[in-house]
Amino acid sequence: MAASTTNGFKVIGTRPIRHDGVDKVTGRAKYGADYAFPGMLHGKVLRSPHAHANIKSIKIDKALALPGVKAIVTADDLPKLPDKMEAAGEQAINLNHLSMNILARGKALYDGHAIAAVAATSSHIADEALRLIEVEYEPLAPVMTVEDGMKPGATILLPTLRNKEDGPDKETNVAAHLQFKRGDVAEGFKQADYVVEREFKTAMVHQGYIEPHNAIGIYNADGHATIYCSTQGSFVVRSLSAAVLGISEGKIKVVPAEIGGGFGGKTTVYLEPLAVLLSQKTGHPVKMTMTRAEVLRATGPTSGSTIRCKMGATKDGKLVAAQCWLAYEAGGFPGSPVGAGAMTILAPYNIPNILVDAYDVVVNRPKTAAYRAPGASNAAMASETVLDELAEKCGIDPLDIRLINGSHEGTPQTVGPPFKRIGLIETIEAIKNGEHYKSRLTGPNRGRGVASGFWFNVGLQSSATINIHTDGTVSLVIGSVDIGGTRAAQAMIAAEVLGVDVNDVRPTIADTDSIGHTDVTGGSRTCFATGWAVYEAAQDCIRQLKERAAKLWEKKPDEVVFENGMLSPAQPGGDLKPMSIKQIAPRLARTGGPIVGRATINARAVGPAFATICVDVEVDPDTGKTQILRATIAQDVGKAIHPAYVEGQMQGGTAQGIGWALNEEYFYDDRGILRNTGLLDYRMPTCLDLPPIETLIVEVPTPGHPLGIRGVGEVSIVPPPAAVANAIYHAVGVRMTELPMSPSRLLKAILKKRAAGETQAAAAD
Amino acid sequence: MHAITYETPKSLDEAVKLMAAHGEKARALSGGTDLLIQLRAGTRRPEYVVNIKNIPELTRISFSLQHGLKLGAAVPCIEIHENGDMRKYYPGLTEAAHLIGSLQIQSRASVGGNLCNGSPAADATPALIALGAQARVVGPKGERMVPVESFCLAPGRTVLQPGELLVEFHIPAPERRASDAYLRFIPRNEMDIAVVGVGAALTLDMSDDRVVAARIALGAVGPTPILAAEAAKSLIGKPLDAAAIDNAARLAIAASSPIDDMRGTAEFRRHVVGVLTRRTLAKAAERARE
Repeated sequence: MAASTTNGFKVIGTRPIRHDGVDKVTGRAKYGADYAFPGMLHGKVLRSPHAHANIKSIKIDKALALPGVKAIVTADDLPKLPDKMEAAGEQAINLNHLSMNILARGKALYDGHAIAAVAATSSHIADEALRLIEVEYEPLAPVMTVEDGMKPGATILLPTLRNKEDGPDKETNVAAHLQFKRGDVAEGFKQADYVVEREFKTAMVHQGYIEPHNAIGIYNADGHATIYCSTQGSFVVRSLSAAVLGISEGKIKVVPAEIGGGFGGKTTVYLEPLAVLLSQKTGHPVKMTMTRAEVLRATGPTSGSTIRCKMGATKDGKLVAAQCWLAYEAGGFPGSPVGAGAMTILAPYNIPNILVDAYDVVVNRPKTAAYRAPGASNAAMASETVLDELAEKCGIDPLDIRLINGSHEGTPQTVGPPFKRIGLIETIEAIKNGEHYKSRLTGPNRGRGVASGFWFNVGLQSSATINIHTDGTVSLVIGSVDIGGTRAAQAMIAAEVLGVDVNDVRPTIADTDSIGHTDVTGGSRTCFATGWAVYEAAQDCIRQLKERAAKLWEKKPDEVVFENGMLSPAQPGGDLKPMSIKQIAPRLARTGGPIVGRATINARAVGPAFATICVDVEVDPDTGKTQILRATIAQDVGKAIHPAYVEGQMQGGTAQGIGWALNEEYFYDDRGILRNTGLLDYRMPTCLDLPPIETLIVEVPTPGHPLGIRGVGEVSIVPPPAAVANAIYHAVGVRMTELPMSPSRLLKAILKKRAAGETQAAAAD
Repeated sequence: MHAITYETPKSLDEAVKLMAAHGEKARALSGGTDLLIQLRAGTRRPEYVVNIKNIPELTRISFSLQHGLKLGAAVPCIEIHENGDMRKYYPGLTEAAHLIGSLQIQSRASVGGNLCNGSPAADATPALIALGAQARVVGPKGERMVPVESFCLAPGRTVLQPGELLVEFHIPAPERRASDAYLRFIPRNEMDIAVVGVGAALTLDMSDDRVVAARIALGAVGPTPILAAEAAKSLIGKPLDAAAIDNAARLAIAASSPIDDMRGTAEFRRHVVGVLTRRTLAKAAERARE
C-alpha cells in the first residue's frame, strides 16, 4: 500500500517499468560470470582445511608441472602492506588485513581461508592443480566464540593485534572496546519500578546473495589492468585492488557487471586482485568464480554475537535507564559491526541514562563483511524483546510503550547530537492504526509480536552526468551499481527535473574511467546521494538550456524561465514561443555545441531510517516449528521515488530478517570446520516459508535533501528477529534469547517450560 | 584431469555387462540429482557413468490388484505422483516421492536412486520399507531379492556389489482396509531434507478397528533407515486408540538411534520420532478406513 502523495510530482511516485527490465527477463543482461575473452584462463583458489593453523610451507612444483597450469600465486606474490586503514565506502579497511584475507600470510585463520591461487587453461585442470599443491600446516586450537576469544589465556589469532585499553604489550583477540554513556545508569535503575535483564546469543549468518563472487582480470603489457566483476562498488574494487597489488589506482579500470545480490557482502574484494595478479603473470585474461561452498566458507557473513541488555522503566512505561554489553565476532581479522550495534541498540528511544560497552573480537571464522544494517539486527533482537517484556510488566500495549519513549526530532542520539526530523513515531502509528494490528488473532499457539528498528544511512560521494541528445532524449550516466531499481529511480529523478518522459531517459552504469568517483551501492545511500547528484546534474542542464534559449532569443539567461519542461521568456509577449527540450535539442550545435550536465556531491545531511513491524506466528508445540502467518512493515522512506522498488526493499529486508530469526546459522564442528556449506543446510526462507509481506510507506522528508529522500535499503532487516521472538512468546509463552529460533531450540524451550509447569502442578497437589 | 566415460545401454543385459565390466569404477546414473553433486564435490570419482534411463524394466510402473506393484528403479518421482493407481493404492509412497526436492528435481530423481544413494534421510526409503517392498537386484552372478530394510548398510553404502544394478521394486498388492502414509519433519516448508521421517502401513480388521498388520519405518534417525518392528508388532490385534498409538510411538523412539548434527539434536529427533509416529499412524488409519 502506498500512502504517497504526488506533491505536484509528475514522475516521482509513479511505477514505471524498469529500464533494465527487458534485458533481465530475457536473460540478455550480463552478470560477472557471463563475460568471456579470447585466450582466457580459469583461476581457482586453494583454501585452508583448518580453522586455525600456521602455514609451514607451500610447495607448488608438482602443480605447476601439470600440463595446462600457467601460474600459481601465494601471499609471497603480494606486497606486504602496512597496518593502514583505507576508506572503503561505508567502512574503513586495514589494508594489511585485507591482503592477508585475500591470501593467507603465514597463518590460516579460518576454514576456507585462501592459501594459493592457480590459473590454468580449464577450470578442471585448475581444480586438479589445487590437489597437487602441498601445504604443510601446523594446526592450532580454534577460537570459535567471543567468550573463548576474550577469556584470559585465549589462543591468539593475530600476534600483532593490540587494543588501546590493554596497551602495547598485551597480546589480545579484542580488537576494540567502545563505550557510549549518558547520565548515570546506577541512579537511573533506582528510579525504575521494573527492570528486565537478559543475555542473548545470535548466530553468524550470511547475506545469501544468489550470485557467487566472480572476477575477470586483464593485465595489459602497458601496466594497465581492467577488472570485470559483480560488485556493489566499482570504485572500491579499484582502490582496494590497487592497494593490495601495489598498483597506482588510475591504472586499473573496473567494469561493473550486473549483480545478483550483494546486501553489503560485495563491498570488498576477494577474487579481483588475484585475477589481475594471475593475468599479470600469464599475460592472459583470467576468470575466477566461486562455488557456493566458497561463498559460505570465505566471504560475507555478519557477526554472531553475545549481547546483554538491561532496561528499566517506571510503572507508567517511561524508560529510565538502559545498560548494554555487546561482543561481536569479527572473523579472522578485526572489523565487526559492533560499533553500529552499540549505536543502534537504544537509538529508537529517549532514555536519560545509558551505558553501552561494545567489543570487537577476532575468532577463527571468515572475516565479516557488511550485511544490510550491519550489526543492528542482533542488537535489536536484544533491546526490542527486553522492551516487550517491560511493556508486559507495565501492562502497557507494546506499541504504546514505543510511542511513550520513541525518539523524535531533538532526541539525543547515542553518540550525542540530537536527531533532526525523523519518522519513528509515524511508523509506530502506521502499524497501530493499520488493519493488521487491529485485526484479532485467534487460534491456539498463535501470537503477535511487534518491534522497531533504526539505521543511520550514509551519504558519501556520488557523480552524475546527463547528455542531451539531438532528438531531445537524454542519457544519464552514474557510477552506482543497480541492485534494487537504481536505474529506474535515477532516471525518474532526471525525468522529473527535466520535464521529459521517463522512457526518454536512458540510464547507464559506467565503468570507473567513465564517471566521477562514486561510492558503493550500500548504506542505503544510492537513491539519497546519487539521486541528489542526478538532481543537480539535471539543474546544470537546465542552466545551460536557459543560456542556449537566451542565445536564440537574443536575451540574457536570467530572462529565460524553465517550468514544466518548457523554456520560455520570463516576460511573455512578442512572437517567442516556449520550447521543450525536444524542440531545442536539434539546435544545440548552432548555439554552442552539446550540453552535458554534470554534478558531483559528498552528501551530508543524511536522514536516518526507522521501521516498525508487526508479525503473526503459529508455533507447532510438538516440533517447535514456527510458521509466519502475516507480516506488515511500516517504514519511513522520506520520499518514495519508485514505490514498487521501495516496497521491494522493505519486503526483502523483512524476508532476510525472518530467515535470520528462524533458521539461518553457520554450523561449525568442534574443529572449527563449517558443516553447512550449501543452501540445503544453510536455510534461507523459501517463498513457501513467507507470507506476502505487507508494506506501509511512511514519508517524512529528510530535511535538506532537494527531494526529501531517505535511504530505504537496510532498516527493514532490523526489527524482524525481535518481532518474531515477541510473537513466539505471545504464542507459546517462552522468551527466546538465542538466534536462530530453530525448531530444535524452540522445542527445547517449550518442553522445559512444560516440565516446569508439571513440577509446579505436582507441588501444588 | 579426471575424465569420465558415459554409457547409455538400451537393455538390462547390456547395462549389467557394462556394470560388471567396470565394477567399482562404474556408477549408475538415474536422475543424477545426487550423483552430479557428488561428482562436482569430488566425493565420488567414477570413471564410467552408466545412464540407466533407457532400459525398459527400470523405467516402468506396472500395477494390478492381483499382483501388486512393480516399480522401475529409474522411474522419475513425478511419474509416480501422476499415476492414479499409485496415488490411490500407495499414497504414502507417492507423497514421499512427491516430497523429494522441487518439482524440477522430482522430474529427474527416482525412488531407486534415492535408495541407492544410501542416505539415512532418503524420503522414499521409509515409505518403501513400510510397504514391505523388495528390491530386485541383477548382477553378473544372477539376480536376487533384497528386502528394502536390509538394503542400506551405512551412510552412502548399500548391499549392491560391484557390477550389480537395482532394477525394480516389488510391492505386495494392497489389502482391503489398508493404507500407508509418510511424514517428515523439515525446518522449512520445502526444498529441505528430512530431519526425521516416518513411514507407516496399516491393515485394519474388516469389522472393527483392530490392527491386522502394521509396519513402521524411520528415516534420518540412525546410520540407515530403520524398520521399527517392535513398534509395529505392538499394534497387532489391538484397536488403534490413543493408548496403542502412544505405546507404538514410545517403541519407535526406542528403535531410533539419532545423533546430534546441524539438522537437529539427538534429543530433538527422538522427540519428533514420537510425534511423527503418532501423526503418521493416524493418517494411515484414516486412509485405511476410507
